[in-house]
Amino acid sequence: MKAKSLLAILVAGGVVMGGCGNSDDTKKSDTKTEQTATDTKEVSLDAETKAYKEFALDQLDQFTKATEEFVTAFKDGDMDKAKELYPTARMFFERSEPIAESFGDLDPAIDARLADLEAEGQTKDDWTGYHKLEYALWEDGKTKGYEEVADKLLADTKELRARVETVEVTPDMMINGAVDLLNEVSTSKISGEEDIFSHTDLYDFKANIEGAEKIFEILEPKIKEKDAALAENLTDKFKNVNDLLANYETKDGGYVSYTKLTDKDTKALANAINQLGEPLSQMGTILE
Amino acid sequence: MTESNKETFMDKKLSRRRMLKMTGAGAAGVAIGASGLGGVLKAFGVPDFLEDDTSVENKVNFYGKHQSGIATEVQTHVYFASLSVLVKSKAELQELFKMWTPMAVSLMNGKPIGETKNSYVPPVDTGEAIGVDAKNLSITFGVGPSLFKNKSLGLSHLKPKELNDLPHFPKDQLEEAYTGGDLCIQACADDPQVAFHAVRNLVRAASGKVSIKWTQAGFNSIPVNKEGKRETPRNLFAFKDGTENPRSEKAMNDVVWVQKGESKPWMTNGSYLVVRRIQMHLETWDRTSLQAQEDTFGRYRHNGAPYGKENEFDAVDEDRKDENGNYVLPETSHVFLARQVKARIMRRAFSYSSGVIDHTGAYDAGLLFISFQKNPQQFTDIQNALGRLDKMNEYITHRGSGVFACFPGIKKGSYIGEALFNA
Ligand code: HEM
Repeated sequence: MKAKSLLAILVAGGVVMGGCGNSDDTKKSDTKTEQTATDTKEVSLDAETKAYKEFALDQLDQFTKATEEFVTAFKDGDMDKAKELYPTARMFFERSEPIAESFGDLDPAIDARLADLEAEGQTKDDWTGYHKLEYALWEDGKTKGYEEVADKLLADTKELRARVETVEVTPDMMINGAVDLLNEVSTSKISGEEDIFSHTDLYDFKANIEGAEKIFEILEPKIKEKDAALAENLTDKFKNVNDLLANYETKDGGYVSYTKLTDKDTKALANAINQLGEPLSQMGTILE
Repeated sequence: MTESNKETFMDKKLSRRRMLKMTGAGAAGVAIGASGLGGVLKAFGVPDFLEDDTSVENKVNFYGKHQSGIATEVQTHVYFASLSVLVKSKAELQELFKMWTPMAVSLMNGKPIGETKNSYVPPVDTGEAIGVDAKNLSITFGVGPSLFKNKSLGLSHLKPKELNDLPHFPKDQLEEAYTGGDLCIQACADDPQVAFHAVRNLVRAASGKVSIKWTQAGFNSIPVNKEGKRETPRNLFAFKDGTENPRSEKAMNDVVWVQKGESKPWMTNGSYLVVRRIQMHLETWDRTSLQAQEDTFGRYRHNGAPYGKENEFDAVDEDRKDENGNYVLPETSHVFLARQVKARIMRRAFSYSSGVIDHTGAYDAGLLFISFQKNPQQFTDIQNALGRLDKMNEYITHRGSGVFACFPGIKKGSYIGEALFNA
């Protein structure tokens, strides 16, 4: 989770109805926080934003389904099954995080870490969502007493899916979202601070990358038109990260525990992310 | 945006781009040669060629016979960066130095590395040096021995034979985290943020082409006397450091600048940089008597004069003996030993302090020793003379090391390291 991102500001209150409303003017004044004298204009990327919204909706459909299965296993007291489902269910959420995250109340309800709450002066009792159940499974070693949390998680997930219908996806939301996904990796996944009990951080890592890569894929033709070298560089740098991550894949298509990584491993991954992040942050060139 | 104004918008862009291309080619097309470089620089909003802006306050010139940051009067701060290269070919490495050239000029003019034209992308320059003048920023570029071993770059035949990792010296405790590097950038300025900003932006612009191996920030406190003259800075042992150094043009040519025929031709007018990150055990030093402290160097602490002399710059006479036939300079003193060999070097050191060392709680502080010489062997000879004998060894530990061949100066219209790439 992070503080208000540009995208959070854009969809604050969440409900800009309809596809491409003509809210251009208000948007512009919101995005122009620092820069003033630069000559930027809104560029219409209707097909791209539409494609991205479809992607996000699909991911959240699957997220709802996967959460349902996870919650069922959890409430059945099937710890093994629940542990198996935990990292993969989360991936749908992590892939579509730029959108999922835009609801200031639902995101923490679903994905807050205890450390986030404590930083805001809240306690374990205020804690809900996936990471609380992660704590139950890996740390507390039981599911009893967490049924309500599980029910609430499913309800919140469904609500998220419903609300996403109303989000208006904008080009800069996509572009900033891609960079945000990488920043998520740089700040919490690479340090093993996302899944501190299950150590399944690499699943989240991979999903964040896939989320960013999807945005790139959608925008790629436009980027190519404007700056072919940038598109090529991005393809190259995504491959770089994915190749590195592949070293940590397990036979069943999952990922090794974060605890298996050495400092050298995490440094190499962090470097690859930074090398991807710089060109990724240049995608905004298509809005010029 | 409607279809029609989108068109005019694109037209505008196009013509501006075309214009940039033309002015770029006109200004430096011949010197820089045809390459994709213009495109790279344009993305940063940097012109292909920039001149030193002599109207700027506190400005060190970029262009000249030698690189800046060597003979340049020592500034109060350094940010030293050792980099690994990620590029896979000589051509890409050459592009990198071409890209860095106008950026370095711009930084030394006290300007950002480029202009931000589009608010949908991050600012081209990170911005923390906005509003301050050039602060005497100097930027020195060098290449390390490992660069020439990198097969994909195909530079091995151009490695000067004197450019090697330094040998192991007695009592060395080198840590991988502070040793070696393919390239170095030494940024010195009379402001810590300006020095840091320079490295940060050059490295960021080279994302995917280099990665940072290690860095060290350093500082100097430069006293100014009543007549407004700068005096020798003191190191963290409180002794004036940098008194005995080559200064005249002849001395610089004898000691520091590679002369024609003395190394590979691409190094003519260049110099070799040796960097040592030397921890100074301040805790033990501070419980050493003043007498023992002065005996460590053979100089007086209060004014830096050599033993038996009055003033800081009085000539050291290491052979002089007292009436009992004992050397005036203690035979284990740093200065006595440093003078036992013919070799000379130019020292341009900075102090550092980087928190405390985890497992001992001691200050992680000391000297970022930097010296320039026409051959790294000069350093090696002196360090060997200091050897195990130097009384100073009791108070210091060498923890990091690097050696870099610093290119000759850059001619207007040329780029950093051109002689290496054209060799
Ligand atoms: C923490 C480490 C060191 C400290 C605190 C230190 C300190 C000093 C001081 C106080 C002086 C006398 C003033 C002056 O002439 O500048 C001096 C001189 C000198 N030092 Fe060092 N030094 C250190 C390391 C080294 C190293 C590693 C070398 C080279 C291998 C070196 C070479 C010299 C030379 C050549 C002189 C001048 C001697 C002369 O010609 O009079 N020093 N140093």
